[in-house]
Amino acid sequence: MVVDMLSEDEVDRLFQALADATRRDIVARVLIAEYSVSGLAEQYDMSFAAVQKHVAVLERASLVTKERRGREQIVRGQVDGVQKARRLLDEYEEIWRQRVDRITDILAADAQDED
Amino acid sequence: MAVISTEKDIEALSFRLVAEFDAGVERVWRIWADPKQLERWWGPPTWPATFDAYEFEQGGRAAYYMTGPDGEKARGWWRITAVEPPYRLAFDDGFADENGDPVADLGETHATVTLEDMGGRTRMIMVTAFESLEQLNQMVEMGMEEGLKLALGQVDALLAEDASV
Repeated sequence: MVVDMLSEDEVDRLFQALADATRRDIVARVLIAEYSVSGLAEQYDMSFAAVQKHVAVLERASLVTKERRGREQIVRGQVDGVQKARRLLDEYEEIWRQRVDRITDILAADAQDED
Repeated sequence: MAVISTEKDIEALSFRLVAEFDAGVERVWRIWADPKQLERWWGPPTWPATFDAYEFEQGGRAAYYMTGPDGEKARGWWRITAVEPPYRLAFDDGFADENGDPVADLGETHATVTLEDMGGRTRMIMVTAFESLEQLNQMVEMGMEEGLKLALGQVDALLAEDASV
């Protein structure tokens, strides 16, 4: 998805692709780890063919890539390594922000006990 | 606002967080030193952490697991490399298999926690260095509360970022 400019068609494809909750979920998953189409199909209450269709929509919008490996079709998020690192570090930051919130709550609970 | 700042070094795969707490340094030290306190905040509510071993001394080991919503367990270990109460703690952190043995090929993270006395308040500086993207990935998946939901929000950010390139 590294693009300087999207044509109107491409923007349409992008928004259509992301307008569906299952497709958004697929993108979120394959940005974190690669999945086979059958692996993705296991995650949802729908047929392999339906998931394959979703993947095809995402592929046309350049949100994922699909590659054949043996009998499997492997789906990956279309991000380069740097973006992936940045995204993971962002998520790691969120883990720590939540931890700090919990610590703050624990310390606040103490202060109340003393009152 | 407890978190004061965060810094991420993409190249070095490291993360630094500065937070301030409205409590004395001895008190904040206990959230690390006492495993019962640690259990209350290390894991998210949906993945609470349980420490079965906690040797809080230099060279000491800790073993813990986090229990997911479906009862699944993710195990980890720490090797404590420095304990200087109440100001400094350093430890290595990695994944463990179901027997609690380290999973070597997933690597380990190196964490350093420094507490600063600010006259009744405490500043905590936490630095974590990762060995590889895969490991950071695992860490995020294991420690993440509703990770996918968040990742989903980040798809938008990612797209906005790309659009502005």
